[in-house]
Amino acid sequence: MSINTDLVGRIYPAGEPYQVGREKIREFATATKATSPAHYDVAAARALGYSDVVAPPTFAIIIAQRADAQLIADPDSGIDFSRVVHADQRFTHHRPIVAGDELVTELHVDQVRTMGAGAMITSRAEISTVDGVKVATTVSSLLVRGEE
Amino acid sequence: MIAFDSLEKGQVIGSTTIHVNRADLVRYAGASGDFNPIHWNERFATEVELPNVIAHGMFTMGAVVDVVTDWVGDPGAIIDYQTRFTKPVVVQDPAGTNPAGHEGTAIEVQGKVGALDAEARTARIDLTVSVDGTKVLVKAQAVVRL
Repeated sequence: MSINTDLVGRIYPAGEPYQVGREKIREFATATKATSPAHYDVAAARALGYSDVVAPPTFAIIIAQRADAQLIADPDSGIDFSRVVHADQRFTHHRPIVAGDELVTELHVDQVRTMGAGAMITSRAEISTVDGVKVATTVSSLLVRGEE
Repeated sequence: MIAFDSLEKGQVIGSTTIHVNRADLVRYAGASGDFNPIHWNERFATEVELPNVIAHGMFTMGAVVDVVTDWVGDPGAIIDYQTRFTKPVVVQDPAGTNPAGHEGTAIEVQGKVGALDAEARTARIDLTVSVDGTKVLVKAQAVVRL
């Protein structure tokens, strides 16, 4: 099965909000070996002016990959997850993510480029609070390796 | 606090070595929700023609930015961060070692001031990230608001 190029322009609307937990930030910070006390210690985060612990710069990948999962699981997309390779990633933070945030994500399929038997798919997750304040924009390109 | 006016293009802001072993990959899989078996199962990884288990690209991207966070002192100052994943970071499981105690693969990181925007008061930090002298990330750039 090949990648459906008609995916371009498709929008997957926001689902259930993602609740950013203090312990999840700590867990993710530990897993990425992040050392800033602002990820772990509420007092250290407050000293920098935040209401609670601050997420590491790549934390939004958790939320973005949940959104991407909708695209990968869409029977219409033709994507075989076992053949997916992460090609590039970008995070633009409109404001830092902190514990207590409730975030929703709208996923946009911006580009599908066929490459031989495979394809490069670029998706963009627009992450905002449930009140509509823009928080982050993430852009991912996934290379789906073709079957030789 | 970093004084914007003291910065110069090309200036090294820091460097470090990050070690990654199999236990680190299991921990990252759990924390991130990315359970692709190429990051923890050697049989599966080699069956899909990888040299061995490889680190999540997002593990590497997430870990190497600490050199920037540590320099600036405020994780929220990093307003943009991007990279391309060019070479996999292979994580071996040598016989006779404890996968949670082995020093693992060494990822070398150096950050340099790549560009300065005096109007926006931002610095672009370019990261050089390599394993055994081979670059594993390309165009790894973090924009910091000062």
